[in-house]
Amino acid sequence: MEMAQPINISNLNKVFDNRIRLGIMSALMVNESISYNDLKELLDVTDGNLASHLKGLEDNGYLKFQKGFIGRKTNTTYSATKAGEKAFRQHLDALEQMIRGTQTG
Amino acid sequence: MTEHQQTLDTLKDIRSIMDRSSRFISLSGLSGVAAGICALVGAWFAYGVIGNGRQNGVKVRDLYNNRFSGTDLSVEAYMGTKLFMIACITFTAALLFAFLFTWLRSRKTGVPMFGNVSRRLTFAIGIPIIAGAFYLVKLMESGAYGLVAPGCLLFYGLGLVNASRYTLDEIRFLGYCQIALGLTNLFLVGYGLYFWAFGFGILHIVYGIYMWNKYERINSK
Repeated sequence: MEMAQPINISNLNKVFDNRIRLGIMSALMVNESISYNDLKELLDVTDGNLASHLKGLEDNGYLKFQKGFIGRKTNTTYSATKAGEKAFRQHLDALEQMIRGTQTG
Repeated sequence: MTEHQQTLDTLKDIRSIMDRSSRFISLSGLSGVAAGICALVGAWFAYGVIGNGRQNGVKVRDLYNNRFSGTDLSVEAYMGTKLFMIACITFTAALLFAFLFTWLRSRKTGVPMFGNVSRRLTFAIGIPIIAGAFYLVKLMESGAYGLVAPGCLLFYGLGLVNASRYTLDEIRFLGYCQIALGLTNLFLVGYGLYFWAFGFGILHIVYGIYMWNKYERINSK
């Protein structure tokens, strides 16, 4: 009989602990870039909340932004960096492992 | 087990956001049913126009075959404007109904009707259809009416296959069916109206009911 594997929580990325940060990264994984307003609508969050989490992800090097204009309005678009995509994939793997762990354990 | 549940919820969240941010999931099955009914009504009127000719002893197919033999009646004069009008009204009505049901659905799913994803979907389906429309007009100008119906099916099918990346994936199979139907019709020129009615009418209705049953009925419970 195989021993139940201890669930390895250390593989989970702390940056993605938060639902909003996880949501931002999920959206950026399947879109080349997303505008600030689209993100806000998609995740249904306040400006302050979204801005602080975007900053958090940027500080970790997981996303980059580009400022542009639509008419006179500023239009900031965000996209995931290579490091961000890699970190997110690892986080998904860890989540998968956790599910496997609890199923067999 | 609660941790297990939490992880599953997290994965469900991720998946939902990936879908909502990249696919327009508000396309209602009822839109398909409505468009299909419009197509059948349109085809019925078109059949009437063509059928009237039969009662007068004129067959459209004969007209087509005789078009170079100097008869007075040309296919263009005989069918052109009336059928073209029916086609335009049918297309507009189908589009309006499709729009209405999808708008109603988008209020439920919370995906905006005029967002990033719906714009991409519109472009994906619109480009093959607009290019196709120009091509079909040119076909009609050169008198190749028999190729119009298969052309409609082919270009529409290509549009659907192309659009499947930006909406619920099943629409791809509707696209394959339309393309197959259009290709078959190419070898059975003269029966375009039947193929057209089957593709735009029956297939839309079948697809619409299937999609409504799969995604909307369950969610509305």
